[in-house]
Amino acid sequence: MTELTLVQAVNRGLQQAMRDDPDVLVLGEDVGVNGGVFRATEGLLKEFGEDRVLDTPLSETGIVGTAVGMALYGLKPVAEIQFLDFIYPAFDQIVSELAKFRYRSGGQYPCHVVIRTPYGGGIKGGLYHSQSTEAYFAHTAGLKVVIPSTPADAKGLLLTAIHDEDPVMFLEPKRIYRSVTGEVPEGDHRVPFGKARLVREGTDVSVFAYGAMVPVVTDAVEAVAKEGISAEVIDLRTLVPLDEAAILASVEKTGRAVVVHEAARFCGFGAELSAILAEKAFYSLKAPIARVTGYDTPFPYALENLYLPNVERVARALRTTVRSG
Amino acid sequence: MSATQAPPALPTAVSPGVAGMTPEDLVRAYRVMLLSRATDDRCLSLQRQGRIGFYVPASGQEAAQVGAASALAPEDWVFPAYRELGVALYRGVGLERLIDQFIGNAGDLLKGRQMPNHYGYRDHRIVVASSPIGTQITQAVGAALAARRRKDSLATITFFGDGATSSNDFHAGLNFAGVYRAPTIFVCQNNQWAISLPREKQTRSRTLAEKAEAYGFPGVVVDGTDVEAVHAAVADARSRAVRGEGPTLIEAQVYRFGPHSTSDDPRRYRTDAEVEHWKASDPVLRLRTRLTSLGALDEARDAALVEEARAAVAKAVSAAEATGPVDPTTFFDDVFAAPTPQLLAERDEFDQLLKDGAVKP
Repeated sequence: MTELTLVQAVNRGLQQAMRDDPDVLVLGEDVGVNGGVFRATEGLLKEFGEDRVLDTPLSETGIVGTAVGMALYGLKPVAEIQFLDFIYPAFDQIVSELAKFRYRSGGQYPCHVVIRTPYGGGIKGGLYHSQSTEAYFAHTAGLKVVIPSTPADAKGLLLTAIHDEDPVMFLEPKRIYRSVTGEVPEGDHRVPFGKARLVREGTDVSVFAYGAMVPVVTDAVEAVAKEGISAEVIDLRTLVPLDEAAILASVEKTGRAVVVHEAARFCGFGAELSAILAEKAFYSLKAPIARVTGYDTPFPYALENLYLPNVERVARALRTTVRSG
Repeated sequence: MSATQAPPALPTAVSPGVAGMTPEDLVRAYRVMLLSRATDDRCLSLQRQGRIGFYVPASGQEAAQVGAASALAPEDWVFPAYRELGVALYRGVGLERLIDQFIGNAGDLLKGRQMPNHYGYRDHRIVVASSPIGTQITQAVGAALAARRRKDSLATITFFGDGATSSNDFHAGLNFAGVYRAPTIFVCQNNQWAISLPREKQTRSRTLAEKAEAYGFPGVVVDGTDVEAVHAAVADARSRAVRGEGPTLIEAQVYRFGPHSTSDDPRRYRTDAEVEHWKASDPVLRLRTRLTSLGALDEARDAALVEEARAAVAKAVSAAEATGPVDPTTFFDDVFAAPTPQLLAERDEFDQLLKDGAVKP
């Protein structure tokens, strides 16, 4: 075990995969000499050389299209998109190509690419360095969507992603790249997909979150614990595949649910979680499901702290939910 | 040719030193071209009769496709657009397998998932096509870089039309290929029309091939109705690629005799006179004349080959139409390597609907 930040854990995950498997390579903007704008790929060029760490021209569709071709050939490319906000030139490659290759070929052409990209607000990034658009990808058949919230999970989920057989969108919560540290296992540490993490047990209400919202939720739950509210916190880890069993089991126990994400509310991932609970846990619910989310506005620069769910907003939702039924 | 040279004027000469096609090669090419033309003729009529849902004809472009395919090695990877019937046939994809795909029946290796012509066959190193324009271009570059990383001596080739030269992936793909000196052959089949948009409204560039210069590698124009010229250009590009000299853009000038697809009527946007003008350069007729002048073909032999192609298509259509429908229980396969719990639940729901007769295949 080593104490690492989340971004260091990503780096160690990449290094581990590249040491273990010569087919793994990294490509993206500024990932080589510069080690990535967040330093996630630091040291990789030196250790693995230009053949396996490709500083690419500035074109997201070029990065992903090239990675798709490499994967069709049998390599395991890990593409970095510098910010999730810049991924849209590659949207066609991701949604029309990467996600559909296996299906559209009747299984002849699996296409396993991992796309790593920092997402989310809280770094004074304004409209174009802050968004959380995981729902676009979760909505697309054929993509797995992974969002770690701890250093150990960042490494473990990334290694699972790289050795998976399907395309993976690996969204990294850049706001907590360095603010969260934790013990990270050495070696080929893998965390399975589709298994939510029970962060904290509770009996009165279940809170579902992922990525950078997990520490916010944890703080809020600690605050309301002093008021006698016992909240259970579940970190989803992977939106696709979703650990529906864990979600339903928790709500069947607590009877109440609060969903937290920093993405906009309308058609956000919380809407799917709420629908699942309404369909499958209706008779366990004692209170309406509450969502604490970003707003349905573009992501604002100066007022970003008012856009993002904070401890007090989550705490209010917990109190309201527990007291309403 | 250095990257800084201007592209050659039309039409380019066959490069000296590149092995040409023997009369036997030309007969083989001719038979594939006849098969392609016969498939088009039959499938257009099958579509009008409602026996297949859609069709993208290749007529007029056979020499470009077969000429290119004939210059490749079996290990080379092909990234098609969706109009490369001649490439598939030349590489040995069975006609019945193709018609199965056009119908979307139980014999379709793609399990009925794609519109006609959007096929791909791993056994033949033909990557499965999609409808978005140009997306295969960057992918061909990636596969070429992967082959080089694996130290496999081969090239990737990608086909696209004149319209695709305006796409994001054309620019990105050619730029990446130039930067990394990818062993990729870019074949633009300039058939003069992107559905209704004529070539001169697609770009102000004098030729499409000259765009290569901006990416730092050679671009050449060939007469795409001349199978030998295309073969020579692709053979040249392939040897450069496998020698580590990087990519080439080849603009094969052709004409699409039919509609873009069975969903449009070309008389809305182009004149009959223009079509007739190009029909004078019908690649099938040109090769017929060439073979006759070589003494490799006479009228009786030609008639037999035409009939052979027609009969092969008829046989494949009969067999494919006798094949049963696609199995609906394959519906949820291949989304992922293994289905997620959500997909399994949907499959259970779907199976129940099928069982109850609430939905029918």
